[in-house]
Amino acid sequence: MRHIISILMENEAGALSRVAGLFSARGYNIESLTVAPTEDVTLSRMTLVTRGSDEIIEQITKQLNKLIDVVKLVDLAEGPHIEREMMLIKVKTTGSGAREEILRLVEIFRGNIIDVTPTTYTIEMTGRADKLDAFIVALDKAPILETVRSGVSAISRGVKSLRV
Amino acid sequence: MKLTGAEILTRFLADEGVEYVFGYPGGAVLHIYDALHRQDRLKHILVRHEQAATHAADGYARSTGKPGVVLVTSGPGATNVVTGIATAYMDSIPMVVITGQVPTSLIGNDAFQEVDSVGITRPCVKHNFLVKDVDDLAMTLKKAFYIATTGRPGPVVVDIPKDVTANVADYKYPRQIEMRSYNPVVKGHPGQIKRAVKMMTSARRPMIYSGGGVILDDASKALTELGHLLGCPVTNTTMGLGGFPASDRQFVGLLGMHGTYEANMAISNCDVMIAIGARFDDRVTGNIEKFAPKAKIIHVDIDPASISKNVKVDVPIVGGVNNVLKAMLKQLKAEGFKPDEEVLGKWWAQIEKWRAKDCLKYDASGDRIKPQHAVDLLHKITKGDAFVTSDVGQHQMWAAQYYGFDKPRRWINSGGLGTMGFGLPAAMGVQLAHPKAQVACITGEGSIQMNIQELSTCLQYDLPIKIVCLNNGYLGMVRQWQEFFYDNRYAHSYMDSLPDFVKLAEAYGHVGIQVDKPADVEGAIKEAFKQKDRLVFLNILTDPTENVYPMVPAGAGLDEMILI
Ligand SMILES: Cc1cc2nc3c(=O)[nH]c(=O)nc-3n(C[C@H](O)[C@H](O)[C@H](O)COP(=O)(O)OP(=O)(O)OC[C@H]3O[C@@H](n4cnc5c(N)ncnc54)[C@H](O)[C@@H]3O)c2cc1C
Ligand SMILES: Cc1ncc(C[n+]2csc(CCOP(=O)(O)OP(=O)(O)O)c2C)c(N)n1
Ligand SMILES: [Mg+2]
Repeated sequence: MRHIISILMENEAGALSRVAGLFSARGYNIESLTVAPTEDVTLSRMTLVTRGSDEIIEQITKQLNKLIDVVKLVDLAEGPHIEREMMLIKVKTTGSGAREEILRLVEIFRGNIIDVTPTTYTIEMTGRADKLDAFIVALDKAPILETVRSGVSAISRGVKSLRV
Repeated sequence: MKLTGAEILTRFLADEGVEYVFGYPGGAVLHIYDALHRQDRLKHILVRHEQAATHAADGYARSTGKPGVVLVTSGPGATNVVTGIATAYMDSIPMVVITGQVPTSLIGNDAFQEVDSVGITRPCVKHNFLVKDVDDLAMTLKKAFYIATTGRPGPVVVDIPKDVTANVADYKYPRQIEMRSYNPVVKGHPGQIKRAVKMMTSARRPMIYSGGGVILDDASKALTELGHLLGCPVTNTTMGLGGFPASDRQFVGLLGMHGTYEANMAISNCDVMIAIGARFDDRVTGNIEKFAPKAKIIHVDIDPASISKNVKVDVPIVGGVNNVLKAMLKQLKAEGFKPDEEVLGKWWAQIEKWRAKDCLKYDASGDRIKPQHAVDLLHKITKGDAFVTSDVGQHQMWAAQYYGFDKPRRWINSGGLGTMGFGLPAAMGVQLAHPKAQVACITGEGSIQMNIQELSTCLQYDLPIKIVCLNNGYLGMVRQWQEFFYDNRYAHSYMDSLPDFVKLAEAYGHVGIQVDKPADVEGAIKEAFKQKDRLVFLNILTDPTENVYPMVPAGAGLDEMILI
C-alpha cells in the first residue's frame, strides 16, 4: 500500500542523507521525497511517499524514529489528509491549433500559464499526484519539453497537527 | 576559561570519567596528542593498528559497561576503524570514536588524508557528528556519550577538523543534556506487563530466551530471579551467555545454529516464550517459518525496531530489561505466584529426555587434542572465573558451548558481525579494565593473524593475557561448511605456511608454549596461568577434522539439527 510519512527533524547538515541512506541500506523504496525548513528554522519537515506491506511500513517508521535527528513522524495515510504536488511543465506549441488546445486543457485542469514564448508555454499545475498524471496523459498531442515535479507534500485534515 | 579545542577534548574526556583512550596519532590529531601529552588524567594506549583500538575499546566496554573511547587520525586512520565500529554497532556496544579531519577550509577539496568519515561510518553508527565550530565541541561530545550509552547502546563518531582543535573557546563541563529528538523509553507499559505476567503464569511449557540486552542492562540478577520464580528452562543467545548462570540446572545452554539439542527442542515445543533483550537473529531462529511454532511470544526490548522485525510477537514490551523484569517480579510476588509442580514436572521430564542425548559429548581418548577438551580444561583451571574473549570460527562456538559462564560480562565475542581479529585486542581492553583478573583469548590460527601485531602493544603495557590458540590448521568454520555442503571441496580454507607461533610470541618478548599431546594440555594451561605477569601464547594443535555440533543447516528448523 501507498503511505505518506511526514517527518519533523532537526535541521542539521546530513539529516537528509541519514533518511536516504536508511532507505537504500534496508532496501525500502522511496517514491518521492520533499524537504524544507518549517516556520521554526531549527526544524525541517520531510514528506516521504513509499509503498510496502504493513510489516515493512512498521519497520520503516520504527527505523526512521530511531534516527537521532528525527523528532516526530506520522503516517498520514492512516487518517484523513490532504496531499498536493506542484508541477512545472514546458510544452511546444508549434502545431496547428496547439496553443488553443493546450490553453483549454490548462483551464480544465485549473493550471496557470506562467511563461510564454512564440513556440512554448510553461505551465504551473498543483493538485494530487494522480491529477498531475492525468494532465500529462491529456497533453499527449503536445510534445513535452520538460517536466519538474515537487514531490508530494501532505498535511492531515482537521485540527490535528504534527508539531513539537 | 579559554582553551583550545584539543584541550577542551582532553578535559572533557577526563571530566566525563574516561579512563583510557585507545588510539594512534597522525597529522590531523597532532594538536590533540599534544594536549594529551600535557595532562595526566587520561591514559592513552598506543595500539599497532587502528582496528585494534576499536576492539580494545570495545572489550573495555563489554567487560565494564562503560563506554570505550577511541582516537584516530583522518583518512586511513578513520577507514581503519570502520570494521571495529561496525562490530560494536552490530552488538550494541557503547563506544565513542574521535576521528581527526582535515581543516574545515579544506573539507571537500580531496585534501591530504581526507575521507568523508561521517559519510563512510553513517550506516554503522548509532549517530555521528562533524564539529565545525569549537564553541560546539563540548556539547557535541556530551551528546555523543549520552547517545552511545543510553537506550540501545552503540558507537558514535565525532569527526573533528584540525583547525577546530586549535581554535579557542570557553570550556565548562556540560553536566546536563537534553535532546528533544532522542528520548529512549526505559519503563515498560504497565498494561503490557500485566498481560505478559498473565501469559507466563498460565503457561504449561514456558521458556525464557534471553540475549545481549540482559548483559547490556546489567540485569542478570533480575533475570535469574524470574527464571527461578517461574521454574522454567532458560536458554541464552551467544550474546546473552552469563546472563543466567550456566551451572544452574534450569540452564539448557545456547540455542540456535550451534545450540544444544535440549534448548532447540524446548524452543520448538514451548507454549509461551519469554524473549528478553534478544533480537531473533537468523542464526538463532533457523528457518523462521518453523521457529517456536507452538508458542505465544512475549518480547521485551528497548528498541521498538527489534520487536516484530523477524518474528511477530503476541505481547511486545518496549523498555529496559531491568526495569521491566523488576516490574514483572513485583507483580508475580504480589500474586504469590507458585508454579504448578505437576504441569511443570511434565515439561521438565520431557526436557531431561532431550538433555540425556548429551549432544555436547566428545571422545577425548584419542591421540589428537580435542578442542572441546581444551576449553573444558581452561574452565577447570580458571575455576570458570576468567574473562574469555574469542575470535570467530569453530573455536568461538566451542568456547560458547563449553566454557560455561556463570557471570555476565565475562564472555566477550563478536556475535553480530563475526569479526575475525577481534579476540586479542578485545582482551587488551578487558585486561586494562581488570588488571588483576585472569583473561584468556580463545582463538584460531586464522583469526589470531588478523591482529597479531597487537602482541607488541601487550608488551608495552604489560598485559598478561593468555592466548589459547586452538590451532587446527584450517579456517575451520569454513572447512566445516565445505565438508557438509560442498562435498569436501576445501577451497582456500587450509592455512598453509603458518608461522612458528612459539617463536613469534618470543620475538615479541612473550612466552610461547606448544602443545600437541592430549595429556599435556592441562599442564600447559596451568603453566600459562602460573606466569601471572607474562603474556603466554598457547599454541594447541587440535584435531583438524573436528566439527561443531549440533548444527542446524541453513533453511532448516531448530528441531532439525545435525547431531554428532
Ligand atoms: C560463527 C558464528 C556462529 C554463531 N552461531 C550462533 C548460534 O548458534 N546461536 C546464537 O545464539 N548466536 C550465534 N551467533 C551470534 C549471532 O550472530 C548473533 O550475534 C546473536 O544471536 C545475537 O544475540 P542477541 O539476540 O542476544 O542480540 P544482541 O545483538 O545482543 O542484541 C541485544 C538486543 O537487546 C536489546 N537491548 C539492548 N539493551 C537493552 C536494554 N537495556 N533493555 C532491553 N533491551 C535491550 C537490543 O535492542 C537488541 O535487540 C553466531 C555468530 C557467529 C559469528
Ligand atoms: C574478517 C573476517 N573475514 C572472514 C570471515 C569468515 N570466516 C568465518 S570463520 C572463518 C575461519 C576462522 O578460522 P580460525 O580463526 O582458524 O578458526 P577455526 O574456525 O579454525 O576455529 C572465516 C574465514 C570472518 N568471519 N571475518
Ligand atoms: Mg583454525
